[in-house]
Amino acid sequence: MMKHESIETNAGLLIVLTLFVISIGGLVEIVPLFYINDTVEEVKTAEGHDAVRPYTPLEQAGRDIYIREGCYLCHSQMIRPFRDEALRYGHYSLAAESKYGHPFQWGSKRTGPDLARVGDKYSNDWHVQHLKAPRSVVPESIMPNYPWLLENDLKYSGIAENLKALKMTGVPYSLSQEEYDANVARFGAEVADTLDINNAEANLMAQAAKGNFDGNPNRLTEMDALVAYLQVLGTMVDFNQYDESYFVNFR
Amino acid sequence: MAHTSVGSPEQYNYAIVKKFAIMALVWGVLGMSVGTYIASELAFPFLNFDIPYITFGRLRPVHTTLVIFGFGGSALFATSYYIVQRTCQTRLWSDFLANFTFYGWQVGVAGGAISYMLGYSQGREYAEFEWPLDLAIAVVWVSYFLVYVQTLRRRSQPHIYVANWFFMAFILATALLHIFNNLAVPVGLFTLKSYSLFSGAQDAMTQWWYGHNAVGFFLTAAFLGMMYYFVPKQAGRPVYSYRLSIIHFWALIFLYMWVGTHHLHWTAIPDWTSTLAATFSILLLMPSWGGMINGIMTLSGAWDKLRTDPIMLFLTTSLAFYGMSTFEGPMMALKSVNALSHYTDWTVGHVHSGALGWVAMVSFGSFYHMIPRLYDTKIYSVKLVYVHFWLATIGIVLYITSMWVSGIGQGLLLRAFDDYGNLAYTFVESVSFMHIPLVVRALGGAFFVSGILTMAFNITMTITAAKREQAAIEAKIAAKMANA
Repeated sequence: MMKHESIETNAGLLIVLTLFVISIGGLVEIVPLFYINDTVEEVKTAEGHDAVRPYTPLEQAGRDIYIREGCYLCHSQMIRPFRDEALRYGHYSLAAESKYGHPFQWGSKRTGPDLARVGDKYSNDWHVQHLKAPRSVVPESIMPNYPWLLENDLKYSGIAENLKALKMTGVPYSLSQEEYDANVARFGAEVADTLDINNAEANLMAQAAKGNFDGNPNRLTEMDALVAYLQVLGTMVDFNQYDESYFVNFR
Repeated sequence: MAHTSVGSPEQYNYAIVKKFAIMALVWGVLGMSVGTYIASELAFPFLNFDIPYITFGRLRPVHTTLVIFGFGGSALFATSYYIVQRTCQTRLWSDFLANFTFYGWQVGVAGGAISYMLGYSQGREYAEFEWPLDLAIAVVWVSYFLVYVQTLRRRSQPHIYVANWFFMAFILATALLHIFNNLAVPVGLFTLKSYSLFSGAQDAMTQWWYGHNAVGFFLTAAFLGMMYYFVPKQAGRPVYSYRLSIIHFWALIFLYMWVGTHHLHWTAIPDWTSTLAATFSILLLMPSWGGMINGIMTLSGAWDKLRTDPIMLFLTTSLAFYGMSTFEGPMMALKSVNALSHYTDWTVGHVHSGALGWVAMVSFGSFYHMIPRLYDTKIYSVKLVYVHFWLATIGIVLYITSMWVSGIGQGLLLRAFDDYGNLAYTFVESVSFMHIPLVVRALGGAFFVSGILTMAFNITMTITAAKREQAAIEAKIAAKMANA
């Protein structure tokens, strides 16, 4: 039998064996998730399109601000399958719902409530007021004020580059006609238009003008983007279409 | 034990150890102060002052980066460079590369802190460094590996001492974790912005494989290396069990890599990964306690030192906290406990019982042992070491207990139902409930910061005195030479 002494006297052997021993856990638990199809559920709309779509340019710009401000350090975006969370937040989160989230923003701490399904729960006006001065709408809140979101113009000139980088990670934004057509088949024409990188800036401005998320139609601010992002969270999947037992199969 | 000189400057490279040790204290003071400040922001939100750069969300990664990588990292560089030279009885390989690791690491930590305040972050906990900093850190880390291995290779002892196994595993694992977890696509060569290569469930798995092993290897294995040198040295006794050190080393590094997924219980990942992680978390209790027992039992026959030696007090208390938090951890990794504890302050308290109780306390003890030896002198004030010990211990106790109240309390409030089956409390009612524990927590942090400030003063006085003595001796020699 090999004695441990032979490892203690040989730096090379110590390194090789250590590397071997520390590699096993990750290989067994993580690598399969990239290959097992069940890891991410298939969720379709009534028309047969993919229910979960990539973020529009404006929403993605909002998501970047969400990360910049470190919102994930106090808010989770992952509802667990418990009765209290169902009552408080809604249906438990699906893996599919964050499949275009680079990076994931599930969070690890709820200093504030979960935001996975905050979309459509409050009005735009409420969000603007709450982000500007949280205690003006929730007196006991301990959230910081974010007044600069209304003061800063949204810098969107680089949005196409951002989407291109996301495309490289595998998010189906389109550059060529071929990719656009594939998106039409997969998400429907309306969504496919918002995923076209060639029109990213125009799409961003159009959505902001139409939604008027910050309540000021004359300016395109960071608030527009962040509220647009918050308002889409958790709204893509229509759970009425599904039998509950369907999603359990993926756990 | 008398303080003796431990080698001439030519024999060992102490300059690099001194630099890292001093920076560890600088980052420690800064990082823990930021921690106390953001803890106060949670208790009194007006402290955010509507200034973007100092809001909780931007300062929290500054706090974690400064304490984990600034304080912890520099302390590990300092002690590992000291230990590898002492146990191999050889000088550190390549002064140039060792210096490069020093400046590279400091720039990385400072760059990270500044960039988060400006709003550049990868948005993944403990891995917030944007891609250029990640690349720089990778280069520094490879240099560290080279310096370490080459020094091991020129050892004048046949055996590689156990502390070095732990440091080696820490260096290898950190490299592996850092590289795979930070795979990202930069938006452009001249922007700091990047998007992580993975998304959703896979990104979460990779991140917590990294996140928990940052704890396992950076904050545990490496500090066990520290423990395996300084506890026997300070106790003046050999390590309790050689066999136990072998078993718990291999078991620890094998098991840690499986448990990261316990941070994702009940989330949208496949249940089998969660179950595996919970199982391995329970198993991990054994090697963890193996290390604790090996450390504490090293004192057998020298227990009286606890009465007379404040350094021993630091080291032993750190092992006790290590034992406690490695019991609490597996318990919180049980799915049913996690259902309550996850997303609450209980997790925060648990981390700090490890980070303050174990990591910081073992570093303080080691530094009080090492720094006077580096400067060939005695500590300025033993009394202040006691003062530091009690400030730190009281701080930790306040911190952990208040977080238990806050975390378990919030967990219970949020899952409470009234007689009709409706939720008994709104979310914000749980926030109001947490106010007093949050105040107490900030107070605990203030105690801990006062402790490290006391230490910084004590060490500064020690070094100044040493330099004065050194200058006096040199003047004497010069005078003698002139007379001769």
